[in-house]
Amino acid sequence: MRADFLLIQDWIAPHSRVLDLGCGNGAFLAYLKQTKHIHDCGLEIDAANIEKCLDAGVNVIEQNMEQGLGNFESQSFDTVVLAQTLQALQRPDMILDEMLRVGKNCILTFPNFAYWRHRVYLARLGRMPKSELLPYEWYDTPNVHLCTIHDFDALCREKRIRVLNRSVVDEQQRSKVLMRALPNLFGINAIYHITR
Amino acid sequence: MNAAKLIPADSVGLVQPQKLHFDTPLPLRSGRVIERYDLMVETYGTLNRNASNASLICHALSGDHHAAGYYDANNPKEKPGWWECCIGPGKPFDTNHFFVVCLNNLGGCAGSTGPSSLNPDTGKPFGPDFPIITVRDWVKSQAHLADRLGIQQWAAIIGGSLGGMQAMRWAISYPERLRHALIIAAAPKLSAQNIAFNEVARQSIMSDPDFHAGRYYDYNTYPQKGVMLARMVGHITYVSDALMRDKFGKDARAGSFGRDLRSGKLSFGFDVDFQVQSYLQYKGETFSKNFDANTYLLVTKTLDYFDPSVDYEGDLSRAFAQSQCKFLVMSFSSDWRFAPERSREIVDALLKAKKDVSYLEIDADEGHDAFLLPIPRYMRALHAYMKRVAAECDAGEGAL
Repeated sequence: MRADFLLIQDWIAPHSRVLDLGCGNGAFLAYLKQTKHIHDCGLEIDAANIEKCLDAGVNVIEQNMEQGLGNFESQSFDTVVLAQTLQALQRPDMILDEMLRVGKNCILTFPNFAYWRHRVYLARLGRMPKSELLPYEWYDTPNVHLCTIHDFDALCREKRIRVLNRSVVDEQQRSKVLMRALPNLFGINAIYHITR
Repeated sequence: MNAAKLIPADSVGLVQPQKLHFDTPLPLRSGRVIERYDLMVETYGTLNRNASNASLICHALSGDHHAAGYYDANNPKEKPGWWECCIGPGKPFDTNHFFVVCLNNLGGCAGSTGPSSLNPDTGKPFGPDFPIITVRDWVKSQAHLADRLGIQQWAAIIGGSLGGMQAMRWAISYPERLRHALIIAAAPKLSAQNIAFNEVARQSIMSDPDFHAGRYYDYNTYPQKGVMLARMVGHITYVSDALMRDKFGKDARAGSFGRDLRSGKLSFGFDVDFQVQSYLQYKGETFSKNFDANTYLLVTKTLDYFDPSVDYEGDLSRAFAQSQCKFLVMSFSSDWRFAPERSREIVDALLKAKKDVSYLEIDADEGHDAFLLPIPRYMRALHAYMKRVAAECDAGEGAL
């Protein structure tokens, strides 16, 4: 189980309806089904992952979320999850609106671009930061819309999104004192629980 | 030489259909009643002790009960059943796990009671007197078949195209009698374009001088040209432009337009010039010899009338409100008869009804016919899904 999943599962109520955008191989939904008896639905576009979802007995819809969630009724899910994908979307702001329309609350995780090592990398080398979490070159990265924790907070304020919970963690999904004191500087991964 | 042929190890092997007779009158949607009828049925695999491993395969427009296996051990040219790629040991509908049932639907022409059957009241074939049957009526007769076979609840009901519509209808009419519905290359109802193609098919049959208002049996003939034309039009809608270009475009000089010539040069007449012409004619002619014209008319009407939302002010999601089964919906990218959008309408209705549903859009050039073919991703998906269904049967979850 991915470490960020273990963190966010606390925010998912038993027997709730969960929509996982970009559900991958369905492992998270399968886990939630087993532990929380949720009603699951995943969106995925990768054929191999979709097959793994069927294997795992997870409900999976082959659908590109970038083309919208118009076929999902407003407030038809308790929780909508978007893990490590926000930064790879063409219009993260529009997906955010759609997620908050479809779900009563939403859980997002994304890499914090303002992490101090990224800052140092850019300052010292003058080149686009690379790290374990962001291993790509600038030209082949799927991460076209990286943001910082401050950026995301600003967007939430602008869109009048309420932050219910926020966790800022390292690669091992641990939250340390420094990260809590200066999240935008020391946080590697941001995990948000939001609603409108 | 009469050497026995080699039947592949993953085939169900030699099979035998059985004709089951039903005496309970079947009230139809039209208001008419079929007093008694026969259903031609084939089964593969073994029904388990608590009858939890039964799967029903619903056929499409021109299908029948012979979905898998062979009839004749000595005929090396015999083709297996129409869904041989999916049914058999180790295949998606694994006969080591499932008891697979397939029937010729009422109104058909492969042994079940239909327009070409003798009307006991007159001693002559029913012909045009045979009532119009709807998908709802079919499913009702299939429920009687399930009762007869001792199947209270199907593990899964599967169908492509019109077969998928039957699976959908089961989930609506008998929500407690199936655990999974697999709806492949189907649509929630026909569009004007779909109905238009059916109308061309019907008109070509009914305007054939040998049709005799549907009583051609009495004249010892049949509307061969009409059925042939109907099938030719139908066939065009079953395949894609890409597939035809490929199939009839072996000559690289002609580009990828599929314009291969039959004899190497143009005739400058109205005869067959291009291979696609002779192919279509051949397909239509072969079909016309094996398929009853009245059944063709009937089934196109069954298609036209299919609309489970009709009782729910057009809201399909309300039709599914009582459904208890899980759904797998699949479409094929090049299918323009029932395009992926049509499958997504079904999926969206199911999502709105808060049902368990999975949806796959399989990339395939074969058009609507793709649902009959062993396309790797399609087969893997069916396999993965049915493996879960089999595991449920084994776990006894299916037992009522």
